Amino acid sequence: MIWETVRLSLTSIRRNVLRSFLTLLGIVIGVAAVIAMLTIGSGTTEKVKSDIAKLGSNLLVIRSGRPAGPGGPGGLDQVVRPLAEKDVAALVAHLTGARAISPASQKQVRVIFGTESLTSGVTGTDSAYLDARDWKLASGRPFSDSETRSGTGVCLIGETVRQQFFGAGDPEGEIIRVNRTSCKIIGLLEPKGYTGFGQDQDNVVLMPLHAYQRRIAGNRDVDNIYVAADDRTPTSELLPRVEDILRDTRRITPDREDDFSIRDMTQIADAMASATTTMTGMLGAVAGVSLLVGGIGIMNIMLVSVTERTREIGIRLAIGAHEKHILIQFLVEATVLSLLGGIIGILIGLALAGLASVTLAIPFAPSPAVILLAVGFSALIGMVFGFFPALRGARLDPIDALRHE
Amino acid sequence: MASGATLISFDKVWKSYGQGEARIHALAGVDLAIRRGEFVAIMGPSGSGKSTALNIIGCLDTPTAGTYSFEGIDAGRLDRNRRAMLRNLYVGFVFQGYNLLPRTTAAENVELPLIYRGVAARERRNLAMQALAEVGLVGREHHTPAELSGGQQQRVAIARAIVTRPTLLVADEPTGNLDSARTHEIMELLAKLNTGLGLTIVMVTHETDVASYAQRTIRFLDGRVASDTAKLEVA
Repeated sequence: MIWETVRLSLTSIRRNVLRSFLTLLGIVIGVAAVIAMLTIGSGTTEKVKSDIAKLGSNLLVIRSGRPAGPGGPGGLDQVVRPLAEKDVAALVAHLTGARAISPASQKQVRVIFGTESLTSGVTGTDSAYLDARDWKLASGRPFSDSETRSGTGVCLIGETVRQQFFGAGDPEGEIIRVNRTSCKIIGLLEPKGYTGFGQDQDNVVLMPLHAYQRRIAGNRDVDNIYVAADDRTPTSELLPRVEDILRDTRRITPDREDDFSIRDMTQIADAMASATTTMTGMLGAVAGVSLLVGGIGIMNIMLVSVTERTREIGIRLAIGAHEKHILIQFLVEATVLSLLGGIIGILIGLALAGLASVTLAIPFAPSPAVILLAVGFSALIGMVFGFFPALRGARLDPIDALRHE
Repeated sequence: MASGATLISFDKVWKSYGQGEARIHALAGVDLAIRRGEFVAIMGPSGSGKSTALNIIGCLDTPTAGTYSFEGIDAGRLDRNRRAMLRNLYVGFVFQGYNLLPRTTAAENVELPLIYRGVAARERRNLAMQALAEVGLVGREHHTPAELSGGQQQRVAIARAIVTRPTLLVADEPTGNLDSARTHEIMELLAKLNTGLGLTIVMVTHETDVASYAQRTIRFLDGRVASDTAKLEVA
């Protein structure tokens, strides 16, 4: 009987193609909007997450200076005490739960090879830096400990620097000039691409910290300390330990605030991901409203359909249809219609999201759960909004219905 | 032709509409009995109660007072769904306006009552074909009403009425929309079904020559039976 009714409703949908299409339209647009919004939204979330993962995950970044906060910035009058190598040494000696600890100082510097030049981010650091930043070498070798200590003129270059100076060629063993000093290329870094903020992470030159300090910065400061947590230690646990050690080694009395700041990259990643997730949810909710409107459209058309087919209902009742047969017929029709609309909407929504993922350069991330939910929800809308018209049809008096013109 | 046991009986049946002063009586205490196998024509001016009587006979309507029995069942006191079941099992309907489902083939229209009886698809198709053959519409099974003439549409409606092998056929001005040649054909068909299948037929009509196909004519006037005459078989 149910199968018979489904077949019947499909036949009736086929016989009124235009009306069925118009009925579907609301649901199609609603579901397509929801699916597109949620798919694009979760793609954006993934993009943000992967961008931040590129900066290094499970990473703490320590800088000198008080963290900017509700208390206001440190102020111009406050002399900022820079970080130093002894702070790094203290962390290496006392911190547990860290995979890698590395100092890094940075500056934008003109790099020259032959007649070509390029302004590049030059970083002075040690061999632990690659591990801390989850960075690998495409070829060559990292700095040796003795090179780090003595500050030899060697360097690692990023992909952008290689392309500028050597094209596809092998840069190893070539000498480039950085500022007024020269250094020998001993390795090539794997490409990392752009950050979400449009910064080219491959336009870099890494050199031993001491070489950087002596020949480029002209001081003994350490701008940042990177601390990567090991797999068993969450950064949230590592952070207070780092703070304790640094306060101790920098002799900050308990009544004074930190003169350094620690940024938890995992926290920043989570915060940004949750922000985009919230955004996605909001867009989805707005799109959901259009789905509701689509449901009202279904009710509207089903009411018209019941009125238009009063005579048909009369015939069916006269020849022996029970109330429930009529009710089920119209209910199934509404459900099949909105389900059909849901399926078409999902296809259109996914197509839109696919298009957006290409143009916005975000990953295409369709979620089976969302799709299933959309299917279920559109069927539910059909049932809920189809019920009232169906009931009206089923309650008709066969004599009146047969007289209806 | 021999008549069997009583199929339909009205016992002081009243049907009233409205309240108080405005109350009108479509039927005012009608007593009536129709036996199995009879072919009865109901005549009368509009407002005489003949259509109301036909609706009650077809179990579409119920009396306000009095008893209507069908097959010995007190059909006037059954609920909506029970009466629907009764119609599905025992009654076939033929209307003036044919009342076929539009954009639906003749065969599918004829199958309709069988769907509500829960008959399997293949058997439904066979029974529908058989009924269409009985009304002389072989070869038109897949035509939609729009592709058929008025006479042919009425034949489809008759096939739909008899496909369930009902005890009673209720016809409401079955030839009202047809020309005299088509009227003659449809009435011949009904007469043949009456004699051939022993189908009881109750028909409302305005025209005396249509009524002359029936064996008995009941005239209604002001909600009462004015006359009830048997027509002698003409040899």
